[in-house]
Amino acid sequence: MQLRVRALESILLEKEYIDPAALDELIETYEKKIGPRNGARVVAKAWADPDFRRWLFEDGTAAIESLGYGGRSGNHLVALENTTSIHNMVVCTLCSCYPWAVLGLPPLWYKSAPYRSRTVADPRGVLREFGIELPKDTEIRVWDSTAELRYLVVPMRPAGTDGWSEEKLAALVTRDSMIGTGLARQPQEFAR
Amino acid sequence: MNGGQDLGGMHGHGPVKPEPNEPVFHDDWEKRAFALTLAMGMPGGWNIDMSRFARENRSPADYLAMSYYQIWLAGLIDLLEERGLVAEDEIEAGHSLHTPKPVKRILSPADVAKTLHRGGPTERETNTAPVFKRGDRVRAKNINPPTHTRLPRYVRGHAGIIERVIGCHVFPDSNATGAGENPQWLYTVRFDGRELWGPDGDPTMQVSVDAWEPYLESA
Repeated sequence: MQLRVRALESILLEKEYIDPAALDELIETYEKKIGPRNGARVVAKAWADPDFRRWLFEDGTAAIESLGYGGRSGNHLVALENTTSIHNMVVCTLCSCYPWAVLGLPPLWYKSAPYRSRTVADPRGVLREFGIELPKDTEIRVWDSTAELRYLVVPMRPAGTDGWSEEKLAALVTRDSMIGTGLARQPQEFAR
Repeated sequence: MNGGQDLGGMHGHGPVKPEPNEPVFHDDWEKRAFALTLAMGMPGGWNIDMSRFARENRSPADYLAMSYYQIWLAGLIDLLEERGLVAEDEIEAGHSLHTPKPVKRILSPADVAKTLHRGGPTERETNTAPVFKRGDRVRAKNINPPTHTRLPRYVRGHAGIIERVIGCHVFPDSNATGAGENPQWLYTVRFDGRELWGPDGDPTMQVSVDAWEPYLESA
């Protein structure tokens, strides 16, 4: 594959269709600048600031844009609220739609056939593979990203975090908790 | 198309395998394939729906056997060849053999942040009113277009509830074929697990899909 891609790149370069510095910039952007820390900041703010939380669930795109995130794979953002009775999970059965603007590029498992095939039919089975066992009566809401809306799960705020700063709260927000295949970290886990 | 990409409800793919501390890319070539695909969007002039169709439009056996970025690369090559930007003999030779086709613009390093920040909003103004409202019971039509569609097979023929009227958005089924944006009202439709999967389905589960008006009928 390495050779094949390198050959294509040199053809496109010889034809002057690409500027290799732009390729490096794209790679660097998604390796270093746009990733799940963006989303963690959104969630932490929603936990700490009730006005922002209300705004986020009413108009996710505008609320998230106010923190500087949006654009590609994040032009239309919807935040989903996990509660003690409802657990949200996001999938894209048809390809790999994912809120790049707040989570970066999707992990391999998100794009894989096992996750894409089973999440809409057996979400509890999938969650078990992530080590998550939800109460039997929790309602599971699966969101199949079939249009250009991108979904961000807002996990439940862990107990024992009263008075924490947004920065400290953000460290509890994992990528998987914002996809719905995980829960936020517990403060004792954080202290370890 | 009823292709290998439409995976919802399929059996036999085994367990999900989360990878601790996963890197953003697993190999150098993946980085380049990713960046080439994004960068060629500007001179190539195709839209997101054409790219998605280029990736899924292959034999299901091939689609399922290929890795994610292998599919991206194959899709990119198909788009380049279709538009005469690169010829098959050049791909085989590994270098340029023919005069390049003129392109309007290429992506410069300075464009990257701007282009990503702009993204690709798909909402459009309309003077039509949505046919359905929140709470309406609808059925996903039984349609089987051989071209690009975003109505997954597992909801076709099933009834659900309009959960949200989203707005009027570019219609992928038209946009993918070059027939224009043809914006249509878009809805979030919620289906019960047992409606989709029968009496053995998980009764505590509901699945929502975003569906354009032409995919839906009253139920």
